[in-house]
Amino acid sequence: MAKVFLYPTTSLILSDLVARFGHTPLSAALQVRERIQTAGLESPPLQITPEEPKKGLRWAAVEVPSGVRGRMSLYGPMIEAAEAAIIINNADYSFGCMGCARTNELIKYLVRKRNIPVLDLEYPQNEEEGVEFVAAIKQFLDTLKGGSP
Amino acid sequence: MSRVRIAQLSCGPEYSGVQKEIDEAAAAVDAEIFFPDLKLADIRHSFDEFGLDVRSPDLKLAIARAKALVEGRVEADAVFIATCFRCAEAAIVRNELRRYIHENSRLPVVSYSFTERTTAGTLLTRMEALTTIARRRALLAREEQQGLTMGVDSGSSTTKAVVMRDNEIIGTGWLPTTAVLQSADEAVAQALSAAGVTREDLEAIGTTGYGRFLVGDHLKADLVQEELTVNSKGAVFLADTQRGPSTVIDIGGMDNKAISVQDGIPGTFTMGGICAGASGRFLEMTSKRLGVDITELGPLAMKGLSRKVPMNSYCIVFGTQSLVNALAAGSSPEDVAAAACHSVAEQVFEQQLQEVDIKDPVIMVGGTSLIQGLVRAMEDLLQTEIVVPHHSQYIGAVGSALLASGFIKGD
Repeated sequence: MAKVFLYPTTSLILSDLVARFGHTPLSAALQVRERIQTAGLESPPLQITPEEPKKGLRWAAVEVPSGVRGRMSLYGPMIEAAEAAIIINNADYSFGCMGCARTNELIKYLVRKRNIPVLDLEYPQNEEEGVEFVAAIKQFLDTLKGGSP
Repeated sequence: MSRVRIAQLSCGPEYSGVQKEIDEAAAAVDAEIFFPDLKLADIRHSFDEFGLDVRSPDLKLAIARAKALVEGRVEADAVFIATCFRCAEAAIVRNELRRYIHENSRLPVVSYSFTERTTAGTLLTRMEALTTIARRRALLAREEQQGLTMGVDSGSSTTKAVVMRDNEIIGTGWLPTTAVLQSADEAVAQALSAAGVTREDLEAIGTTGYGRFLVGDHLKADLVQEELTVNSKGAVFLADTQRGPSTVIDIGGMDNKAISVQDGIPGTFTMGGICAGASGRFLEMTSKRLGVDITELGPLAMKGLSRKVPMNSYCIVFGTQSLVNALAAGSSPEDVAAAACHSVAEQVFEQQLQEVDIKDPVIMVGGTSLIQGLVRAMEDLLQTEIVVPHHSQYIGAVGSALLASGFIKGD
């Protein structure tokens, strides 16, 4: 069983897929609803305190906006703990979404810098691509330690 | 209007840990923050229509929410735009949304860039101004002072009091702020004595400035009001520009205000004060270092050439260092005074005036407007003639006295 970091980290579907294929998803699985009634698209369910942006200084310097550092205080430890990662590029908002583009750039960079197995996929645009998308994820997960042969 | 509903358009406050502070500041002025309810599909097409191609999904959401407000699909009384400090992408969106809402609706807007250190206290004056504009439009529309009223401005550096009767200033009081209540009592005594009236004669009292709540309570004021709306009102009243657009600049001892005014009511405004290099306090320090009274700094600066002395610092400590270095290198006090004025004007220009639409007439108010060198430096930067009305140093007290007359019994 491998710890797999997911991007977008909020993706419930991705998180479910990883768990189904026998691994531990590292994510902040959160349903991005059809109607948005919160401050941001992926507002955290719990109140983050001003301490979190300070903890985020481990991954981003003080001149980096506080919103980026606050997010990094959540995702930084997950990236460090990850043994593999799946990155879905250009995902639809409903699939999973992260509000800050600068954090997204930093997260992807830090994941790639870790030299762990990474699956980079484009978000599928039709059913056929959707089937290939799931197959690619399954194949990737199977190759990981503890995955089904 | 009871509870004012403020629509929040933002990126990053919940991950910065400051959403609670924003909510608290709004609650303190009997307002509530809400997030305009949108569908995911709305984001896509509103964002495309707006045409600003940003990458962050939360900024796209803010754009879609702004469009929903302007198009009347979501109702609000005021708008608060907040994004992370130091995010260039967000700064562009913040500015464009503020302008877009200001130009296309009657909604009062304030924008703010926060850090994790932002507190409810920092946001309070801005929220108070937002809710006042929404709640008290009729009061702010008042153009004439009636009866016998007094305004007291308990500022961070000085306390001012003004007594007005039937649209005329008949008494003033002024002194440096030390103990807040004592300073207020002294300023009031001076103003009453100059006006030849007593406290009992007054029909209404208004207070403003940092000490407004304490002094308001002490004087049993009829109106306790933040300085953004009060100063706007006082400025257009004294400059006799109550109708049409104007811009009010107030460089204070602790913070600066730049307010875009329409028919005497603030539309958008910024209030800054993180860096003392851009405040009146720096000019006070300059005059002390030059060994002249603050009232002599302006005339001194008018005789100097700012470009002869390099001085341009956000920070009062570094600014003072430039000042000391220049004097040690043999610069004349005139040139140093001019450079200090230019430095303050430039910081205000760079940090704040970019966030409001500068429309003539530009009115400078507050104690620093009496420093001619500062006014000239600002004129050079803005390339326009600046109006400094009579009694400009009493602006908050005049605005308070004017608005307080709306509280005279039977009015």
